Amino acid sequence: MNESINLKPGQINGETGIWEMVIGLEIHAQISSKSKLFSGASASFGADANSNVSLVDAAMPGMLPVINEFCVEQAVKTGLALNAKINNVSIFDRKNYFYADLPQGYQISQFTKPIVGEGEIIIDLDDGLQTTIGIERLHLEQDAGKSLHDQHPSKSYIDLNRTGVALMEIVSKPDIRSPQEAGAYVKKIRSILRYVGACDGNMEEGSLRADCNVSVRKLGEEFGTRCEIKNLNSVRFIIQAIQSEAERQVEILEEGGKINQETRLFDTSTGETRSMRSKEDAHDYRYFPDPDLLPLEFSDSWVQKIKETLPELPDLLKKRLVTDFGITPYDASILVEEKDYVDFYQKAANGKDGKLTANWMITELFGALKKESISLSNSPISPENLGQLIDLISDGTISGKIAKDVFAEMMISKKSPSDIVKDKGLEQVSDDTEILKLIDKVMLENEDKVKDYLGGKDKLFGFFVGQVMKLSQGKANPGIVNKLLKEKLK
Amino acid sequence: MSDLLKFDLLSASIALKNKEFSSLELTNAYLEAIEQTSALGAYLEIVKDHSMDMAKASDKNIKNGTARPLEGLPIGVKDMFCTKYIKTTASSKILDNFCPPYESTVTQNLWDDGAVMLGKLSCDEFAMGSSNETAAKGNVVNPWQKNSKMSPGGSSGGSASAVASRSALAATGTDTGGSIRQPAAFCGITGLKPTYGRCSRWGIVAFSSSLDQAGPLTRTVSDAALMLNSMAGHDKKDSTSANLEMPDLMNYLDKGVKGKKIGIPKEYTQDGISDDIVKFYQKSINWLKVSGAEIVPVSLPHTKYALPVYYIIAPAEASSNLARYDGVRYGKRNEAASLDEMYEITRGNGFGEEVKRRIMIGTYVLSSGYYDAYYLKAQKVRRLIKEDFDNVFEEVDYILTPSTPTTAFELGKKQDPLTMYLNDIFTVPASLAGLPGISLPVGLDKSGLPIGIQLIANSFDESGLISTARVLERSAEFNFIADGAAK
Repeated sequence: MNESINLKPGQINGETGIWEMVIGLEIHAQISSKSKLFSGASASFGADANSNVSLVDAAMPGMLPVINEFCVEQAVKTGLALNAKINNVSIFDRKNYFYADLPQGYQISQFTKPIVGEGEIIIDLDDGLQTTIGIERLHLEQDAGKSLHDQHPSKSYIDLNRTGVALMEIVSKPDIRSPQEAGAYVKKIRSILRYVGACDGNMEEGSLRADCNVSVRKLGEEFGTRCEIKNLNSVRFIIQAIQSEAERQVEILEEGGKINQETRLFDTSTGETRSMRSKEDAHDYRYFPDPDLLPLEFSDSWVQKIKETLPELPDLLKKRLVTDFGITPYDASILVEEKDYVDFYQKAANGKDGKLTANWMITELFGALKKESISLSNSPISPENLGQLIDLISDGTISGKIAKDVFAEMMISKKSPSDIVKDKGLEQVSDDTEILKLIDKVMLENEDKVKDYLGGKDKLFGFFVGQVMKLSQGKANPGIVNKLLKEKLK
Repeated sequence: MSDLLKFDLLSASIALKNKEFSSLELTNAYLEAIEQTSALGAYLEIVKDHSMDMAKASDKNIKNGTARPLEGLPIGVKDMFCTKYIKTTASSKILDNFCPPYESTVTQNLWDDGAVMLGKLSCDEFAMGSSNETAAKGNVVNPWQKNSKMSPGGSSGGSASAVASRSALAATGTDTGGSIRQPAAFCGITGLKPTYGRCSRWGIVAFSSSLDQAGPLTRTVSDAALMLNSMAGHDKKDSTSANLEMPDLMNYLDKGVKGKKIGIPKEYTQDGISDDIVKFYQKSINWLKVSGAEIVPVSLPHTKYALPVYYIIAPAEASSNLARYDGVRYGKRNEAASLDEMYEITRGNGFGEEVKRRIMIGTYVLSSGYYDAYYLKAQKVRRLIKEDFDNVFEEVDYILTPSTPTTAFELGKKQDPLTMYLNDIFTVPASLAGLPGISLPVGLDKSGLPIGIQLIANSFDESGLISTARVLERSAEFNFIADGAAK
């Protein structure tokens, strides 16, 4: 390895030169709908096996699918949030294959005419840079059931609860160039979905999963042969899987080998991918329009109506936070990550010092909550109380140092900061005569040091400030202490 | 020996309301008729106790003056309709012993209107066939010339045989490419396939979803009107069911055809049609003319592609629709070491030859590399066929054609599937276009077998279809009864 080469993220320095990753993601997002895409059965997670199964889900003879309008609305909402083209006519197709957890023998999906066409989103990278990732399409489809192979020595069990649950598949263009970008892309999609309310984004429960298409190429060359890594359910795994897959491909290519187009699985224990099935074994899905369902058709005015229900989305919201509250784009991007955060912040910062509020929320509050493993929605400190604390700091009632003690007390007692300050007598002392008294006392007790200072030992100034603050039990206003001390020690 | 069997659906309904006899008496007469004609093999399942309970309930309603439109009238149900807790097999081994915990919308509509259920009627397996010979439980015999064992047609062969043999007052059928009209023609009864979307498909075992449509098989055109009145209606559970009010067809029985234009498509008068059928086709044209209709020669140029198009689209949809019969959740399962093997043995043993043939064809035409050349092209031609009809219906009100190229053939005679498929040559085009069609008997051929004539109307014009068919029915005066009918 030539260490002196400055590699960009996602680039691999091989024996034969620099390789670049080309990544495309297919995100499967479960729609937050009470019932399934084509049946009235509950779509809730965690129910007893086979308890949320309708006759339609079990594919009983003569049963017919009926589209869940709520799910269609969520897909359109999401499409609009992805700045994508909404297709006023879209079609449901059958994707045919046999598997024990696929009762119909086909999955109802959208193949040639998806509900949402091309769009794009902006993703935020760790270095503060942004990049645009194209969206190829978004379509609606049914989830399959679950096969349980480890419950019996010779039999497999099938749980159909998930059968027919509504999914949106969001397909990116192959615009992603590094595992980090892929991670940021998934985070951004997740955030958008949560803002829109179309999906809870819960990756542990499988509400959001991703298939990653990965290939490598020498800089400036054509796309290489890709492999698809199936069913990744955390951002960390996505990053790991892409990195290890790209490295595997580079190794093969550098040894003069060829990449076989295939579907691979990521083994979380080894951190590597392994082959699941090759292209030759790929199913012929025999897609054709589902004759049980009419095309989805909607008017422009209906789409417009849906558009009007969209909440303020993270990108615009971020810009507005920077303008309205004077915070840094970096702080704003943290605050807009979750709708909860932004709502909390806007309540707390209303009429306050926005920058100070952002600092306290991101550093102190998030830090404290993380330490206690509490979510923001269960925060013992309400936005109003955080705002009050900011006011107490801004108007000089308490110093920043005292504020930290008050904050710690707020975390425990849930009391308002003004009550805590009053109860404990923590108001900052800003009265000149009070402070002068303290200064006189300190000077009296440290006559030798005063002499040294006046003799040119400037560094001792901090010592006097510290002594006065100590004497005031931290309550003296440090600004005023500074000012008066300087006058006294002339 | 029952005089009660002479009543058709409409007259029996009136007689019941006039308390000339009870529903229980009528139902018992039919239960006896079923036994008497059991050699025809029309019934797969008889539900005697259930029939009698329903009849008794109907008698109570009649007594209380709360009789519904079909109150107390005993009918049979094609085995393609799921009937709650009553065995429903679609005439297939793979659904042997399948008892659905639900009732199809169409049959529920019938029971809600007071009809009495006699039992389940045989059909071709999954409604795939034109002779009822693909039924897993064996052939059904046409009651006409019962000793020479003629086919009742198919796929609704059991329904047609039962109505013609008077072992059901009427029966439900399903029609995908002619499965109501062709057996009706073969058995000398009336069969009506409504507009696609008129009757809900919910709870009907699916063969080809874009073509399947339920309809009545009855003794008369009025009976078909009476029965379809109850069967039809919008159903939220079927996205393809039409949200349209159907007029009360009983108001259209005597509207006549004066001033109506009847189209005679030149493509339907080609070679291969039996002379007797040509003769009665001509007679039918004249009857309509005499009754005041104007006869207009028309052309449906894409008719010749209808059969090949049908035999791509229907099997394509069937190959997917029948994927659910996999032995995993219900129906028959042959245990095996692996999942794939279980599928192979279960489906290999469970499906008959014709069903397997169509699954193979359907899988082929949808396969990558063949899809465009077959399925996609067939869909395009299907649109052209529909446009042919749209154009013709700008000129005329109804189209008159023979129902079938020949009268009933002997069971076991047609071994070649392609010759068998030709049976539906006159019924398939209207199916592809989703149009309503009715077949009614207009005469007997030289050997004494019934001849059917088909009328096709524009979408959702079942009322006009009934008016016109009634004119033909009155002119034809077809009063023959099959020799194999219950006495």
